Amino acid sequence: MVEAKQGIGISIRKLYKIFGSSPEAYIDQVKQGMTKAELKDKYDHVLGLKDINIDMPGGGIQVVMGLSGSGKSTLIRHINRLIDPTAGEVLVGDDDVVKMNENELREFRRHKTAMVFQKFALLPHRTVLENTVYGLEIQGLPRAKQEEEARRWISRVGLDGFENSYPNQLSGGMQQRVGLARALTNDAPILLMDEAFSALDPLIRMDMQSVLLDLQKEIRKTVVFITHDLDEALRLGDRIAILRDGEVVQQGTPQEIVLAPADEYISSFVREVNRGRVITIDMVMTPPNGEALGMPIKSGTILELAAKKMTDQNQSHSHVVDSDGKLIGALNIQHVISAMVTPVDHTDVE
Amino acid sequence: MDWLTKFPAMDTERLTALKKAIDLGFREFTRANGDTFETLLYPVQWFMYRVETLLTQSPWPLVILGFAIIAWLASRSAKITVGVIVTLLLIGYFDMWEDTMKTVAMTVVATIMAIIIGIPIGILMGRSNRVQSVINPILDVMQTMPSFVYLIPVVMLLGIGRVPGLIAVMVYAIPPIIRLTNLGIRLVDKDVLEAADAFGSSNWQRLVNVQMPLALPTIMAGVNQTIMMALAMVVVASMIGVQGLGLPVLKAIANQYFTLGIFNGLAIVGIAIIFDRTSQAYGKRLQKHLEVVHG
Repeated sequence: MVEAKQGIGISIRKLYKIFGSSPEAYIDQVKQGMTKAELKDKYDHVLGLKDINIDMPGGGIQVVMGLSGSGKSTLIRHINRLIDPTAGEVLVGDDDVVKMNENELREFRRHKTAMVFQKFALLPHRTVLENTVYGLEIQGLPRAKQEEEARRWISRVGLDGFENSYPNQLSGGMQQRVGLARALTNDAPILLMDEAFSALDPLIRMDMQSVLLDLQKEIRKTVVFITHDLDEALRLGDRIAILRDGEVVQQGTPQEIVLAPADEYISSFVREVNRGRVITIDMVMTPPNGEALGMPIKSGTILELAAKKMTDQNQSHSHVVDSDGKLIGALNIQHVISAMVTPVDHTDVE
Repeated sequence: MDWLTKFPAMDTERLTALKKAIDLGFREFTRANGDTFETLLYPVQWFMYRVETLLTQSPWPLVILGFAIIAWLASRSAKITVGVIVTLLLIGYFDMWEDTMKTVAMTVVATIMAIIIGIPIGILMGRSNRVQSVINPILDVMQTMPSFVYLIPVVMLLGIGRVPGLIAVMVYAIPPIIRLTNLGIRLVDKDVLEAADAFGSSNWQRLVNVQMPLALPTIMAGVNQTIMMALAMVVVASMIGVQGLGLPVLKAIANQYFTLGIFNGLAIVGIAIIFDRTSQAYGKRLQKHLEVVHG
């Protein structure tokens, strides 16, 4: 996974956003601990984001999850500064987006970021091809080059033959493929996806998730993905940050979140998750006890897959090996299955 | 109790003095600047003259063919194209060809000027609430002021004839194109604008690639309204020497020539329908891509 560390990292530092007529007047009080409710009641300002600190490593998929009103869409719009923060830093590589002037910001948006939107936001008067070239067109590239790139990505997202269709002639899933092709054609190192698949039917959503994961293996961009769906977050995210009322309540790998939800709010989501697809066997294996029993299973395999392999072979024991084939642990089918079904509630930990 | 039944108005002497002062001021202004305005408007006069000559001096079958081709290109509808040809033939048969062509020339030139001046103003309004709050009341006044009143300052400034008539018609007909350009720009989907911003569009790119094309159907509705208002004003403008279908109507009113009035009135209705149907069909064709084909 060395190549996964390429790409531009994003660091969000002490980011605050207050909505209202004079947000600067209250930022100090908010920093000293005034709550969202107090700010609303006393001064009629809305606290959108409070003290956000997230490090998004380059080349990985960072998911920001939260319910509506949690501030997740506000947060992603700070990365390309469609929304100006009240305080804080957004560091992309070595540059602070917040400090950029108008021209720098325009160049930054043209070359460093591309965005996919929940409601697709395609230009209805332009064909698929004309929509897809948009990013390169405003960069002023030669038309032939624009179209060459665009056709490549249209084909890559599976829209061959639809180049001359208008967005309204396509289904929602296909429109979002155009949105994705438009963003990828821009060839920016950062891909911002604001609830990109939320408006799609469940099956098409799964399909698009697979498209994104496949593409990501090849393009290795820094992806920031916003969603309100924990299953989607767990499936896509290398790292997940969970937002509630404008604050980060927990961040970590999918497994960390499922195994150790930080509070009642998160565990209420986690309870509904298919744990077998998130937890890996490394979490349930026991230290190797001398000889290697049964079949070898690779470290990092998810429980569901391990259970299937073991039951297919009708074995109750197996051993875990690392990528070099070295023995690192023993596995018992009972442990595997119990980890898949036991709902870990943070109250159980007491 | 006299003051209750009779409004305590300004006394007559002062009122007369006020009116005199304003009139005098404006007259001074027109004397000082009338020539300048005429020079400035020379290109307009030249253009107006060319269009009118083209329509009145060309052989009539060519003119009808020209109109039919324009109607076809704009509407792609055989019905509308045939309607245009038949209407023009009838107008010619009832011996109103030359007057009609003069009216059409005036309407076309006034509309083109209204578009050239009105769309940029509408764009400025659409982009700034402050500009909108200044221009909107001016448009309100322009639309409610009786149309005859426009004629007075124009005549004082430029005398009578084609060009002052054209200016009066244009001023009267310009509000819809300004208002609907403003509306069209403001109705553009915020999500699409955000996407344009996210890809780093400059203000100009945003206007040309997103706002104008998406506002175009609304702007076309404004053009249609402007054409209709220009046609209506052409009759009124005949009072200051504009030739065309308005002049016989004016003569008919003065002399109670019923048939003359009706015929020329109907000719105006005929060309109004031609302009209206053609420009509406064009507007509809522009919106074709917005039709939801997929379910």
